Parts: sequence; structure tokens; C-alpha cells
Amino acid sequence: MTHPYIPNAEPGVRAEMLAAIGASSVEDFYADIPAELRLARPLELPAPLTAEHDLVRHMKGLLDRVTDTEQALSFLGHGCYPHHVPAVCDEVNTRSEFLTAYAGEPYEDHGRFQALFEYVSMMGELLEMDVVNVPTYDGFQAAGTALRMACRYTKRSKVCVSAAISADKLSKLRDFLAPDIGIVLAPVGEGGEITLEAFDDSYAAIYLETPNVYGVVETRGRELADLAHAHGALLVVGADPISLGVLAPPASYGADIACGDIQSLGMHQSYGGGHAGYIATQDHEPLVAEFPSRLFGIAPTKVPGEYGFGDVYYDRTSFAHREEGKEWVGTAAALWGITAGVYLALMGPQGMRDLGETILARTRYAMDALAASVMVLHRDAIHFREFAIEVPSSAALLAGLRERGIYGGVALDDRTVLVCVTERHSIADIDRLAAAVQETL
Amino acid sequence: MNTTESFAELPVAPKPPLRRFHQARWDEPIIFELSAPGRRGVAVPEPGAPRVELPGSVSRAQPPKLPEMSQLHVLRHYLRLSQENLGVDLNIDVGQGTCTMKYSPKVNDRFAAAIAELHPLQHEDTVQGVLEIYWRLERMLAEISGMARVSLQPGSGSAAIYANIAMIRAYHAARGEARRDQVITTMFSHPSNAACAKTAGYEVITLMPDADGLPDIEALRAAVGPRTAALMITNPEDTGIFNPRIREFVDLVHEAGGLACYDQANANGILGITRARDAGFDLCHFNLHKTFSTPHACGGPAAGACGVSADLAPFLPGPVVAFDGESYRLETPPASIGKVRPFLGVTPNIVRAYAWIMAFGAEGLRQVAETAVLNNNYLMHKILQIPGASAPWDRRRVEQVRYSWQELSEQTGVHSEEIGVRAADFGVHYWTSHHPYVVPEPFTLEPTESYSKEDLDEYALILAHVAEEARRDPEFVKGAPYNQTVHKIDMTPLDDPKAWAPTWRAYVRKHLS
Amino acid sequence: MTGAAVVGLVVNPVAGLGGAAGLNGSDGVEVQRAALARGATPRAGERAARAVRTLMARRPGTRVRTVPGRMGEDSVRAAGAPYDLVRPTGPSEASPGGSAGTSAEDTRRAVAALAGVDLLLFAGGDGTARDVLDAVRALGGQAPPVLGVPAGVKVYSGCFAISPAAAGFVAAEFDPARTAEAEVVDLDEDAYRRGLVSPRLYGSLRVPAARAALSGRKAGSSGVAPATTEGVAREVVARMRPGVRYVLGPGATTRAVGRALGLATTLLGVDVVELAPAGGRLVAADVAEAELFGLVSGKESMLVLSVIGGQGFVLGRGNQQVSPRVLDAVLDGGRSGPGERLLVLATQQKLASLKGRPLLADSGDEDLDKKLGGHVQVITGYRESTIYRICAASEEFNG
Repeated sequence: MTHPYIPNAEPGVRAEMLAAIGASSVEDFYADIPAELRLARPLELPAPLTAEHDLVRHMKGLLDRVTDTEQALSFLGHGCYPHHVPAVCDEVNTRSEFLTAYAGEPYEDHGRFQALFEYVSMMGELLEMDVVNVPTYDGFQAAGTALRMACRYTKRSKVCVSAAISADKLSKLRDFLAPDIGIVLAPVGEGGEITLEAFDDSYAAIYLETPNVYGVVETRGRELADLAHAHGALLVVGADPISLGVLAPPASYGADIACGDIQSLGMHQSYGGGHAGYIATQDHEPLVAEFPSRLFGIAPTKVPGEYGFGDVYYDRTSFAHREEGKEWVGTAAALWGITAGVYLALMGPQGMRDLGETILARTRYAMDALAASVMVLHRDAIHFREFAIEVPSSAALLAGLRERGIYGGVALDDRTVLVCVTERHSIADIDRLAAAVQETL
Repeated sequence: MNTTESFAELPVAPKPPLRRFHQARWDEPIIFELSAPGRRGVAVPEPGAPRVELPGSVSRAQPPKLPEMSQLHVLRHYLRLSQENLGVDLNIDVGQGTCTMKYSPKVNDRFAAAIAELHPLQHEDTVQGVLEIYWRLERMLAEISGMARVSLQPGSGSAAIYANIAMIRAYHAARGEARRDQVITTMFSHPSNAACAKTAGYEVITLMPDADGLPDIEALRAAVGPRTAALMITNPEDTGIFNPRIREFVDLVHEAGGLACYDQANANGILGITRARDAGFDLCHFNLHKTFSTPHACGGPAAGACGVSADLAPFLPGPVVAFDGESYRLETPPASIGKVRPFLGVTPNIVRAYAWIMAFGAEGLRQVAETAVLNNNYLMHKILQIPGASAPWDRRRVEQVRYSWQELSEQTGVHSEEIGVRAADFGVHYWTSHHPYVVPEPFTLEPTESYSKEDLDEYALILAHVAEEARRDPEFVKGAPYNQTVHKIDMTPLDDPKAWAPTWRAYVRKHLS
Repeated sequence: MTGAAVVGLVVNPVAGLGGAAGLNGSDGVEVQRAALARGATPRAGERAARAVRTLMARRPGTRVRTVPGRMGEDSVRAAGAPYDLVRPTGPSEASPGGSAGTSAEDTRRAVAALAGVDLLLFAGGDGTARDVLDAVRALGGQAPPVLGVPAGVKVYSGCFAISPAAAGFVAAEFDPARTAEAEVVDLDEDAYRRGLVSPRLYGSLRVPAARAALSGRKAGSSGVAPATTEGVAREVVARMRPGVRYVLGPGATTRAVGRALGLATTLLGVDVVELAPAGGRLVAADVAEAELFGLVSGKESMLVLSVIGGQGFVLGRGNQQVSPRVLDAVLDGGRSGPGERLLVLATQQKLASLKGRPLLADSGDEDLDKKLGGHVQVITGYRESTIYRICAASEEFNG
């Protein structure tokens, strides 16, 4: 049988093509592969499911063996968030034209250029910054690259990083900044915000995250920006753009680089498959020169009234004094950028404000509801979407909640659990969690 | 009846050999120009709880100037933009060589959508089906590469190369050999090998091709030594030529105490034919969006896989999936390099790649490889009949070819890039090569297994036609495109800091105020 | 808006004659006569016309200024373009065919007469490029940028476009704010006719910096920084050790090494430098062989050489100061190998243009050259290098 995905596997056409080339068999083309490197046996793989129906049945068998966050009541966050995904987001990002395209020129793939330009432009409005990259892999990579940009820009090799970030992100930063960049952690104070004990001219940057890993909104951004600038360093702020309908954008308190993950803006949780990273700066040429990522911009065409697009400052990598500490550019997460653009266009300024207010109010409501039975950490701080609770045993609490059909949160350690509340959690959902926590304890 | 109108006659005449293509041209404004105050695209739930007052220090002062649009108008705008884009599903996508543009089966997209509401930090007991997919895909890729273990965490091929470098660094450090500070690669290996090695702090030695187009093995002999951390090499290289002495390359590096790392971003022509471990490699990587069919998505999300020998397995990024015969668990290898990306991997693409392999099995994968190679050699046969086109180095090719228009360009002044833009007027893509151009006026074609003989004939006909146009009227070719969404673009302002506009707000500030 | 308002054209009408006649170049009146006697037809004028046609098609408003007859006017007229004529001053040497315009002096006078243009096109080969270089030097700061239309037998210099049509395109898109330096290299034709390829670096000319082609930018491609002269120079400096004498050969790349050390080293000469507490120290500039021998004798030294011309010569072409005895001293009487004492500088692009052929050494002592045979390190960029084959020129050309 000719496989449905391989038209030229059909024996007649195969013979015709071999004859046209003048080859006796496909083996002729493999003559450069020495016999001792040839695999002399068939690969040991499961029997094929060539009929589409058989494949569907097999996959369903596997995929039915999960209980997702719509089947359970989930308060899991910690870097991957259950926000509502508008149907139009899915409609656009499943279009063949976008889903299966790659890297055409700005002519036959004009739509990709315009959609990504619009994404970065809407992010620019949200961030109040003029330069935003075509997405990198994820928020981890965005933070790593932003810090490397700060080091190249300042020609320094030490950064001060908030300790209120996830352990996984810190692990990535340690690997990515090694071997040439040192990391000094800024400890978390009593109130849940970071504190800086010492800072001097040897630092390239302060990396602040807000809301931070505990959901705490950092309030001393301006102070930290002034401190960094007084020592010739940059303030790099990691911010989830979904908070910026209500929270001040990093640029407004002096951040030089903003970065983060855009999964919240219209991507499903997808078991960690919805991540993409943004990096933003003001339109300051020496800093723009440090972007390793592509930047798209408007250019005129031969016809008035036509928007053309192309790469901004494409040759920036060729500047000799920029050769140190270069990074690679590759296929990352463009489709999620297009999707986040759709999300921001649907939400508009008022939608982003409404969403922020709902999340702020429900987070506070949940903190108050849980405070009746457990210790809620950093209660005096402003929280957005997440907060931490202290319990006798994280594992025991979460197991007890799981028995009640609730994914109660992420264990940060043996006694600390992080709870996430979004616009998808109704007041009744939160009350149910509070009651279940009380029961479990 | 209006007798002045003229129509063709029935029966409708046969189609001309060249498609009369025109890309969609909606003349669509920038989205901000579609905004009108007060409109909404989607509504948000009311708080249902007391509002939280924010202090001035953290409260947003001005609402963001996002567009205000109703839902239909957002949808319509983006559907128009989507039509102005050319995916694999719509064209004969053999022109983006090295990218392995193949058919991504639609049914696999459904499987990917089925995991949309799974959170990556759910308890293992609640995600057994997905962990099993990770485990089974890992075992299949281990079999395909011959490696002991595979990590599916990296977000792309380049991220996988970087993860491999990080493991190489950790491996040598664990053996007290941190002084190994050089990575050797070749000119026709993917440039991400050099770039990732440099990012990781290595000095890079790039072997140039010899007169046969293969990396100079004597140069490798001279290059290896106590500073060698690893050889990072693609094979077949971007030229499509398989290096028959690859085992000797690996042995030379091993004798010097270095590791050998195989860039198998594109393994499409050698699935089931030859394996990385059998040639002695210690590490390798695959791009799941190339060989294993996950869609390219305008440049990601993609997915990469790192395969390693048993010696390197302790250094894999964590966590990996373990199976005790009954259930699947997550565990972090003892000397793990840590996280290269959030969570376990780009799961929708893991699910797609798994389903893709399951639709083929061992015989099917071999048929994929053999057909990709047949298609490539058939297309090469057609292309080399075009006057002015050549394939430097008289050697066999596996799954792709880097061609040259040098002769045509010298005769007409038309460059390869310009031929590509004109070719797009017939509804196809075309790509030149990485820089620097070692092959002059290059173009790189990779026809994979997805395309039919008729598709390949059509693609070759388009290039022959454009080459002929270049001889007849070079100015016309240089003026292309003609059948696209927009006309020829003046890229000059994009390099001028005073004029460039990387966002709409920069454009408004510089050009509209 | 870019582009040159006034483009000048000068043609060396006998360029390329010798090649067609198998005479390996066209320098010298005797050779030109011989070529004509063998039935060679001049082709430089035709190639210049091709460039002008392309230029006018791309930028129809361009004004062309040229000199009379075969040295330009004929080509512009053949291209159907309007033009202004200027007349060079001074007498012309006699030349075959009885008309002027075939000697080096004619080319120099024509360039001087065309000094006021925005961009000067010249059609010829490496010999013509040398004549243009001489004229440009005489003009000092008044000289326009130039661009070669390849029409000679030998076209190894960096100041030529890849084809006549390409020259027209580059001229049409010329941006006066974007120029670059290109080396002028020529072979000694007498030696070439005796079977010796002997390129020499004569200097550098200001040429249009061809803007990087903007298409072909793939999202999947990597951001490896293209190698630059400065990057190569920084890598050399990073590898320098205190107490070692570095012998910098001629060339723009080796001069950049001097610049990176804060030193004014020469383009055409051989200079000796050392690492100093703040940057570098110029031990001696533009040294002769005897002086160089004294400086490296009994002192740990390294040779830093760039690749001269298109054949891959690193020794014995334009750097004859590095004589066999100097080389022997640097190699410590053979106790050190070339891999330890020789650093070659070249971009990946330049090495690629050798198409797999080796680098060549022709120090004047064949036995010493053979000892050099093997592989040397070539610095191709910052923290980037390659290992490349080098062999004695005598071996390579004898098969």
C-alpha cells in the first residue's frame, strides 16, 4: 500500500523517477554511507497504525489516561497559568497558513510579518516601550538573554538577581549565564519583597520580578531603578504582561529592559507547551544593538499606501565590538506571538483593566478565605494571581485535596504551597477550595 | 447579450504549464488603524469580590493604547493576514532547504489540542497517559539514534544543540577536565553549532571544506588535542553530501579525549539507514519540527530532542520520565545540567511527533528516508538541466542539495535572492544559504517525502522559467515581486536609527507626528 | 536617496588582451602587440558598456563623465547613454593600433581628469587597478571612490565587482556614506609567464560597501556574527603573550592588529610589535630584511601574516622581508613547528574562495617551504579559527 503521506512511494512513479535519473535503485544514492555504518536490521519500533482511525483510537487510549484542569478544580500556576483563552485565538493559530508556514520572504509571507509586527506593537503599548522582539522560547530564555544584553551593554559580568523567582528559572539562569557571568541573589524580606544589602559599580544589572514567585507585587521599582542607574547598571524587570492592565509597566518606574513569558496572553496550559518569551527596551540604539533576536519594522514599497516589512537593524550582529557573548537565533515561538497579538486586540485597554481588577479582587478574596484555616504568607503585600500558604505538610494537603477533585496548588517546599487564582476561578470555586483545605487539615 | 465581451470557448482549455498565481492582497491596514473608542472583542468576568485599591507606586497611570475592536473585526483582520501567508499546506515547499518542510498530518493537531487543559505541574498520577507518550517517544528516538537516553525538553533544535554543549561542559568538568575549551565544527554544519558553542564560552575551530566539498580530515587531525571539548558536526552536511569518513572523524576526537556530537536536526534521509551511536557519537539531537513533522508555526513553537550515550545520561536536563514497569514518574538525573526550558517540554509537539512515528513504524520510516532521497535526486536531475544552474562538487547527495546560480548571475547580473523573489510569484518559497556564502549565488532545495513527482516537475519548471526570464530581461526579474501581497520593499529605513520603526508607537513618533 | 549623481568611466582598452591570447596578462606594449598579432580582440570596452547599460537601466538620471575614444567614450556611446567629455592633459605614448589610451600613464591621466565625479568606474584588470591606485594617491583626499569592472586577465584585487552587470548595479545603488577599503593586488607578470604566481599587495582603494542582500533571512538561521577585520585583530591580540616579538606582515587585517594595540603600523610594510602594559609597543616599523633578521634572532617570535591575492599566498609575496633566514630564526632552527610560530589571518569567505586549495609558501628556499608544509592555524574571527593546509608553492604548482 502506498502510504497516504508519501505520494512517491507508489512503485510505478518510483520506477519512473529512478529511470529518469538513470539510477538502478535508491541504494545508489546511499553509496557514500560505508557498509559498517549501515543499520543491517529494521528499526525496532511498534507496528504502524497507518489507518487514521487506528491511530485515533490508539491516541485516545493514551490521552484518556489523564485528568485535566477542566475535569478537576485546579489552582496550579507557578509559571503556567489557567487564563481563559478566547475562541478567536485558537481560530487564528490553527489556520494552516500560519500553523504550517516557516520563513518565507516578506512578500509571499507578508501576513506573518504584519501579524508579528502588530504583536510587538501591542506589547509595546502595554509596556510603554518602543522595541519588542519577535518571541524567544519562553520567559526563562527571555530573562537569560535580557541579563546577557545588560552585561554586554555595560561591559560588566555580574548581576544581582531577585531570590523571589522560581527555582527552575534560577537553574536556567545559572546554566545560561555560566561561565562568564556571576549571579548574586537579592534575598526576600519579611514582607515578600526583595531587599538589597549591597550594590556597587561592578554589577551590570538588577533583575526584579513582579509579581514575583510568591505573587507579591514589588513596590520599590523606582528606588531600585535609581540605585542601579546611580552605579551605571540597568534595571531588568520580569513582568507578566497580563498584569499590566492594572499594574504600572516597568518602563514607568525606570526599567531599562522588560522581559517575561506571554503564555498568559491566549495560550493554553498544554502541559507546558504554551510558552514564549518577550524582551523589550526603549529605542536606544546601543541597547537595540544588543538584541540577539529579530526585530520587525515598517518599510515603504513601490506603491503608496502599502506597508512593507523587514528586519530592523539586521546587520547589528556584524559590529565587531559586539562579537563577545553572542547568542544564537533560531526557531522559537512565533505562533504564540501572533496569538498574543490576537488576545491583546480582543481585550483592548478596557478588557486588560477589567481582567486585572478581577484577578486582584479574587486573589485577595482567596487569601482571606484561606486565612481562616492556614497561615497565608506576606498578607500585607499586594498580590496578583498567586499567594503562598504555610501548612504542616505540603504533600499531605495536596494529596487530601486531590482526593476531593482539587489540584490545590504547587508545593514550593515541604511546608509552603503556592495557590493560583485567575478570572477562571469563580467565588464558589474559591469557597470550595477553602472548605476543602479546612477539611483536609 | 453584450457582443463586445469576449470569452474563451468550451471546453475550457488545459491549464498552462505555469500556474497563474496571485497571493492574496487585502490591502489591510495596521490593526491600530482599525480601532474605534469603546469597542470590545471579548468580555471578562466581574470580580464578584471587593475591589483592591492599588497604591500609586504600582498602579498603571494611563490605559495602554491597545486597539478597540469588536470580535468579528479582530477575527476578520487576522484571517486576512493569514491568507497573505503561504504555509506547507498551500505550496510546494521544497525551497526552504535544510528546514525539512514536510506535511504535518491534520489528525496530529487534534491530539495536540486534546492536552490543552493539562497543567505541567499536575501530580504524576493524573497525567500517566502523557508521561507514557513522553516515555514511548523517548524510546523510539533512542532506537532511531542508537543512543541510551533522550531528553525531550529543549524548545527547538538550536536549544537542543545548546543543551548538548551544556552537557559536554558538565561532563568534562566532572572529570576534572574543564581546561578543554575548544569546540570543533565544520563550515557546512548548521551555524547554530558554532553560535551555541560560543555562547557557552567555547573557542570555535571551523574546518573548511576540501576540494571535494568534505571537511578536511587532516585539518581535524591537526586541530584536536588536550583543549578539544567536542566535535559538533552535521552529516549529511548542508550541501547534502554524506561524509563517508565520519567514523574516522569521531575516532580522532575520541583519541584526543573529546566528545563527538552529531547535529541530526535533519535526519530525514537516513532514518533506519544509519544511526548516530553506530558511528561512535556520544550525543546527537533531532528537531522534531523537521524530521518528525511537527508544524513550523511561522518559526515556532518547535521542539528538540537530545540523545546521549550511557556515559552522558547522568547529565541530561531534568526531569526525564522513568518507567518502573507499572507507572511513569518524573526524575532528575543525578548530575543534571538543570532546566533548559520551563517544565517537561513542548508537549503538543511531543504528542504530534509520537503520533507521526506511530503512523509509519520501522518500514514506513525507511520509506520516508528513501523517498526523500529519491525526490532529492530526481529534483537535482531536473535542476541541473537548467542552463546556469550547478551543484558544486561532483558527488552524490542525500536529502538536499546546495546549488549555485554563479554562471547565470555572472551572465545576467541577477542574484540568487532576486531569483527567489521572482519564483515566489508562482506560489513557492525559495531560500539561499547560511552566511557566509561558500557556494556563490546559492540556493538550497530539500524536497522531503511529502511531495509528488508532479510537484517536483512544477518547481523545476518555475526555476527554469525564472532563469530564462533573467537572461531575457534581468531588470524584470530584479523588479519582482509582481504577484504578491505587496510590491518591492525599500529596506533602507530599517537600518537607520532615525527612521526605523520596530513598533507602531515608534512609527507614530517618528513618522506621523 | 542614494546613488551617485555623476559617475565617471575610464577604460583600459587593452585589458584582457593577453589572456585571450594565452599571454597571461597584458602589461607592456610588446605583449599587447603580440596579442593583437595573435588575433586577440579587445573586450574591455564591451564589458564597460555592459556596466553602463545596467547602471542607466537602474538609475536613468545618472550623468556619465568620461574621456574620449576607446578609453571611455566609445563604451558609453555603445551603451546609448548621454555623457560629458573631459580631456586628459599631456602627451600619450605610442601604442598598437595607432591610438592613445593603452599605457599606464594614459590611465593615470584619465583618472586625474575625472577626479570630480561621485564614483569612478574603471574597466580593466589588476594592472589597471594599480594604475588607478597610483592616480588616486596623487590626488590625495580629492579622489572619488572607485569600482572595478572586471575586464582583465588577472582580477585578484578586492576592488572589482563580480561581473560587469554587477558593477552597474553596485554603481546604481551606491551610497556615498557607505564605503569600504579594498586591497589592490597584482601579480608580477614576467614571473607569472615563467610559471610563478607571484601576487603582491600594492595598497588599498575606497570602494562602495555593497549593502548586505536583504532577502534570504531565515528565521531558522543562526546569528553567527560575520567575521570582521576588527574581530580577527581582537582575537590575535587576545592570543598575544608578553615577551614575544610579533612580526606583522603587510595587509589591512594585520594593520588592524596594530590598531587594536593602539599602534600605527603600516599597510604595505612589515612591522614588529610586542605586548606592552597598556596595549602594544611598536618595536620597529616597515623593516628591511636585515633589520628584521636582527630583531627575531635569538628572540621568541611569531609571524602574523594575511593571505595575499586569490591564490592563497602567505609567504614570499609582498613580504619578501621574511626571508629564509628570518623564517629559520622564527622557527628556532626547526625546533618549533609552523603551527606554533605562524598565525595566518583570513575571513572564512576568503578561505572559501580558495575552493579547497592549500595556502602557499614561497619563501625563496624550497626546502624551508617544505618544512612549513602541513596545517596552520588561521584566525577567522573573534574566538573563531580554523586549521588549514599550507604547502610549498613549488610542490603545489609542480603537481
